[in-house]
Amino acid sequence: MGSMLELKGVNVYYGAIHAVKDISLTVNQGEIVTLIGANGAGKSTTLRTISGLLRPKSGSISFEGKEIAGVKAHEIVRQGISQVPEGRRIFAEMTVMENLDMGAFTRKDKDGIRADLKRVFELFPRLEERKSQVAGTLSGGEQQMLAMGRALMSRPKLLLLDEPSMGLAPLLIREIFHIIEDINRAGTTVLLVEQNANMALSIASRAYVLETGRITLSGDAAKLAASEEVRKAYLGG
Amino acid sequence: MEVTQQILQQLVNGISLGSIYALIALGYTMIYGIIKLINFAHGDIYMVGAYIGFFAITQAHLSIVPALLISFVVTGILGMVVEKLAYKPLRHAPRISVLITAIGVSFFLEYTSMYFVSPTPRTFPAMFGDVAVTVGGIVINGQQMLILGITAVLMVILTYVVQKTKTGKAMRAASFDTETAQLMGIDSDRIISITFGIGSALAAVAGVLVGVYYNSIDPLMGIMPGLKAFVAAVLGGIGILPGAVVGGLILGVVEAFVSGFVSSTFRDAAAFAILILVLLFKPTGLFGKNTKEKV
Repeated sequence: MGSMLELKGVNVYYGAIHAVKDISLTVNQGEIVTLIGANGAGKSTTLRTISGLLRPKSGSISFEGKEIAGVKAHEIVRQGISQVPEGRRIFAEMTVMENLDMGAFTRKDKDGIRADLKRVFELFPRLEERKSQVAGTLSGGEQQMLAMGRALMSRPKLLLLDEPSMGLAPLLIREIFHIIEDINRAGTTVLLVEQNANMALSIASRAYVLETGRITLSGDAAKLAASEEVRKAYLGG
Repeated sequence: MEVTQQILQQLVNGISLGSIYALIALGYTMIYGIIKLINFAHGDIYMVGAYIGFFAITQAHLSIVPALLISFVVTGILGMVVEKLAYKPLRHAPRISVLITAIGVSFFLEYTSMYFVSPTPRTFPAMFGDVAVTVGGIVINGQQMLILGITAVLMVILTYVVQKTKTGKAMRAASFDTETAQLMGIDSDRIISITFGIGSALAAVAGVLVGVYYNSIDPLMGIMPGLKAFVAAVLGGIGILPGAVVGGLILGVVEAFVSGFVSSTFRDAAAFAILILVLLFKPTGLFGKNTKEKV
């Protein structure tokens, strides 16, 4: 269980705004790690920086021992990191199948792609029923499933999930989180960003708490869920 | 009967001219779709394409199809070079900077061409001058058949590429959401370059076809068709490929009818009147949806 992803002293700016301040965090192979915090705390910025959409001003990001800070986003996918972005960002004008094809864009192994497609359809049977439907016509929950399936099609070693519960009904959230656990059990390491701290802490092994760009707490997810500080701030008492 | 015949004849003329607009408009709309740039140099790319075809025919003594192919390839590469040198360094610059650069590129292409090929119009060699088919009194001449045939073939190929190939799907994905496309492993710089290549190549074909149709080319020939094709792209809904084709055809037919039944003096006015009407009543164009601005 070596460390898979390691951020050390990462600083990210949006123009003059210092969005992520000196963040260090580790994700070990096989874990579900969650990054919780209020809206605007810098959670998405952190994920976007790992994915290469943003460039850190300073600090290092290493993935499987290789430095990836400043590597372009489309190359980071090839290294084995895939992101389900906030708000799902499916290609609404393309069909479900075409969205999944795009997820496998970096791959050439036809048999492997077919096997992963089968797996995605097993995880999300509704996607198979709707595979020739235009993605923009899917419901919110189905779109979230499509975004996750699409990310899995690159067969990532590390899956980054940004607010998968956003805008979904509680029942659906539970379903999605079960599937995240399934994906993890099948061998994919997960870094999960969530405002729904309750759900996130219930499936994660470790957690980091972000506040205005800084990590203020970290540790075992169950312990954090029980701690007075976290419960007051994020779990509604 | 007489009137019906005239109407049909103008329809044939209009569709031929409209095919040319459609080919140019496709490039406008593809480029806009992916980097939100109105590439005002696009009409001049079309002019360069016409000259390459002209020299391929007159100097290298090629026939029309190889000349079209050479112009298609060379102008496509030119489009990619222009993108790399002029627009790529401005990827994160404000949109207005890129727009002004496009106008600069336009002047650069016009006056560099003038330097090398002289501002004097050249006479395009006449081709299939006496070939013509008459259907029920409507004449379709050789040049028109060439235009319609080539345009149809290119549309079929383009549709196939965009709908079915991996690169085509990546183009659509990047055009819908560049950032998310990058998260899929799509190199958006490469896709933008390919888009410029294809758009420029299509414009080049239009340039050669116009040379064949009107027999005359000059270094400023791209200005008016460039603007008209822009109108066509806006009319169909900028960023939407079928929109560019339909917009081009409508514009061509309207122009043919105006010059045939009113006066050719008003031909250009009709095109720009269409632009004004579209902007007033349906700014998103015929095929446009009211999309929310992405955050």
